[in-house]
Amino acid sequence: MYKIAIGNITYRFDNLKDVMAKATPARSGDDLAGISASNMEERVAAKMVLAEIPLQRFLEEPLIPYEEDEITRLIIDTHDQKAFAPISSLTVGDFRNWLLNDHTTTDDLSYVAPGITPEIAAAVSKIMRNQDLLLVAQKCSVVTKFRDTIGLPGRLSVRLQPNHPVDDLKGIAASIIDGLMYGCGDAVIGINPASDSIPVLMNLNYMLDDIIHNYDIPTQSCVLTHVTTCTELINRGAPVDLLFQSIAGTEKAMAGFGVNLKMLDEGYEAVKSLHRGTIGENCMYFETGQGSALSSDANFGVDEQTCEARCYAVARRYHPLLVNTVVGFIGPEYLYDGKQITRAGLEDHFCGKLMGVPLGCDICYTNHAEADQDDMDNLLTLLVAGGVNYIMGVPGADDIMLNYQSTSYHDALYVRKLLNKRHAPEFESWLKKINLIDEKGDILPFKPTNKLLQIEKMEAVNG
Amino acid sequence: MDENHYLTVKAENIRENDCWEKLKSYTDARIALGRTGCSILTNDYLAFSLAHAKARDSIKMPFDRDRIGKELHAMGLETINVESSAVNREIYLCRPDFGRRLSERSKLLLDELNYQGADVLLVIGDGLSSKAVHKQAVPFIRQFLPYMDELGMTVGPVVLAKQSRVALGDDIAERMHCGLVATLIGERPGLSSPDSLGVYMTYKPYCGRMESERNCISNIRPEGLSYGKAAFKLAWLIENAYNMKKSGTALKDQSDDIQHYLTLKPHIKDTDILNIV
Repeated sequence: MYKIAIGNITYRFDNLKDVMAKATPARSGDDLAGISASNMEERVAAKMVLAEIPLQRFLEEPLIPYEEDEITRLIIDTHDQKAFAPISSLTVGDFRNWLLNDHTTTDDLSYVAPGITPEIAAAVSKIMRNQDLLLVAQKCSVVTKFRDTIGLPGRLSVRLQPNHPVDDLKGIAASIIDGLMYGCGDAVIGINPASDSIPVLMNLNYMLDDIIHNYDIPTQSCVLTHVTTCTELINRGAPVDLLFQSIAGTEKAMAGFGVNLKMLDEGYEAVKSLHRGTIGENCMYFETGQGSALSSDANFGVDEQTCEARCYAVARRYHPLLVNTVVGFIGPEYLYDGKQITRAGLEDHFCGKLMGVPLGCDICYTNHAEADQDDMDNLLTLLVAGGVNYIMGVPGADDIMLNYQSTSYHDALYVRKLLNKRHAPEFESWLKKINLIDEKGDILPFKPTNKLLQIEKMEAVNG
Repeated sequence: MDENHYLTVKAENIRENDCWEKLKSYTDARIALGRTGCSILTNDYLAFSLAHAKARDSIKMPFDRDRIGKELHAMGLETINVESSAVNREIYLCRPDFGRRLSERSKLLLDELNYQGADVLLVIGDGLSSKAVHKQAVPFIRQFLPYMDELGMTVGPVVLAKQSRVALGDDIAERMHCGLVATLIGERPGLSSPDSLGVYMTYKPYCGRMESERNCISNIRPEGLSYGKAAFKLAWLIENAYNMKKSGTALKDQSDDIQHYLTLKPHIKDTDILNIV
C-alpha cells in the first residue's frame, strides 16, 4: 500500500503497479484496461508517490510475478548489481535529477545501463516532461554494427521499406531503387512480406542479397517474418543477414506472437553462425509497440508503457542491430491521437536508449486514429533532435501493403537538412562514390545514367 | 539589381523530376514523385491529403441501413436492425469490447423474435468503413446466394449491425440459433483502399469464440478480390466447414485448387473466376 495526503484527501494505491499505472500520462489503452487514474489530481498524486520510491524497491516488488513470467525472471536473473551500484541509493525523483544533471556524462549512462530494469526506466519516464526524455536520450549512446555503423552522434539512418501487397519482385525493386536514389537504406532494406510461403520468402532474400552485393552497398537486408520461418529459410540456405521478430513485454503476450525466449535463443544462434556482417556482429532486428500485451489480454494490470519497456529487456539479451517501436500502428484504442502517439514515441526511445538498446522508431499512424502527417512531422523532428538511431523510409509515406502511414524518403531528406544529420559513415562514402550526394552530404540532381537504375534489369528481380 | 535576379530558380527548374517514372508501372507505391529541394511537390502533397481525407471520411460516414435494407428487400431478403453497446463512433473506436457486445435493446429484440435458426446467417456490420459496406455488401451477396441454393442451405434474415466489431456476429447468431455466421464488415481503410470489405466466417458461433476459430476473406472490392471470387470462396468455406464441423485455423482455404472441390464449382458466368482454376 502506497499513499499520499494532498489537502484533506488521501490518495491510496494498492501496490507498485497501481502507482505506475496511475502515474502514467493519459492514454486510451490504459483507460481500456481500467487501470488509469480517475482524475488529473490522482494522476499527479501518483507521480508524487512514485518520485519518493527508492529504485531498489523495483527489484524487490516485481510488477509481474517471478514465478509466472519468464521475462520477469530474465529481468531479475540478469540484473547487473555492479552497474546498478552508483544509482542504488536514489529515489525515482532523484534519479530523474541525476539523469538530467550536466555532470552525468554519456559514459556514466553507458556504465549504469545494464543495471537499469525496464520498470526503473518506465518509472522515471513517467515523471519526465517531453524535453527531459529528449535531453537524456540524446546523451545516451548506443552504437551497433553489421555492414555499417548505426547510432553515431550527428548521424541518422533509415530503414528502406519497399513493401508490396502481393510481394511482386519488380514492384519491390522499383521501391528499392526509389529509396536508394533518395539516400535511404543505411539501417536496413527491410521488407514486410504479404506472404508466409517459403519459396516467396526465399526469392525475396535472394533478390535483396543480389542487389546489396552487385552494387556493393554497405547495408544489410531483412525479410520480416516469424522467427521459426526465418530459421527455416536459414536451414534452406537463404542469405539471411538479420533475424527479425515482433516481441512483447510478457511471456503470455509473447505466446500470442507464437514466440518465447528459447525460440529466440535458437534463432539467434542460427543467424549468428552465418557471420555475414563485415564490420560487426549485431544481427537481430526486433519490433515492439505499446498496447500489444493488452491486445492479447496479457498485461497483468500493468500499464502499456511499462509492458513496452519490458520488451527492451528481451531485446538487449540478443545485442540487436535494430529495435524499433511501431508507435502508432496499433490504433486509437491504445494511443488515441497525435498527442498520445508523440508522447509514447518519446517514452519508448528514452527507455530503450537508457537501457542500452539501439532504438529507432516507426513514426506512424492508422487512418482511424486522430492523427495526420503534421503529427508525424512533429514527432520526426523531435526524435531526430533527440538522437534516434533510425526512422522508416516508405515511398510517399503510404505503405500500400500494411495500410498505414509512416515517414517517407522525402521526410528523411527534410530532417537531415533541418537538423544537419549525416548518413551512417560507410553508407555516406558509398553515396558519394555513386554521385548521389556531394561532399557536404546534400543530395545531388538525379542522372538518368546512374547505375542504380539498372537494378530493374537484374536476374534476381525478374524471378 | 534587375528584376530577373529576384528569381534565382527559374520556373522550369522548380520541379526536380525523378528520371525513373517508368518504374511506376510495377507498383502502386508512391514512387518517382520528384521533389523541390527536399520536399514533395504541391500536387503530390494535395493528392496525399485527399487520399487521407477519403479514408478518414469513410470511417466517420454513418451506416445507411435504410439504403442497404431496400436493396436487400428487392432481392427478396428480410432484414433486422441491431446495434452494439458502443453508442457512438468515438466510443466505438476507443472501446472494441463494446463493439463486440449487443445493446440491451438489441438483445431483447432478438430474444423476443425467437428465430428458429438457419444454416447460414449473414450479418452486415459497418466496422471501420461504412463506405466499404455501402459499395460492396449487396453486390457480393447477389453473387453469393445462388451457391446456397445449390447446397440446399437455408439463409436467415440479413442482420444489419451498427457500430459493430467482428465478434458481434457470434452473439447475434447464437441468439438466432444459426449454425454458421458470415459477418460482412468494413475493413480498416488504407490510403489506396478506403472501401475494402472483409468477410469473417464462424462455424457454430457463440459468445466467446476465439479469433483463431474464424476464417477471413479480405480486400473484397472491384480493384482487389472480385465479388465473384470472394462469393465462391465463402461458399467453399461454408461447404467445407459443415463437412469438417469446424472453422478457423483448422480449415485451410484451398478454394483456389480444383483438387479440393466438393460439390460446388465456381459459376462460369462470372468471367474472372476462370482465372483461379
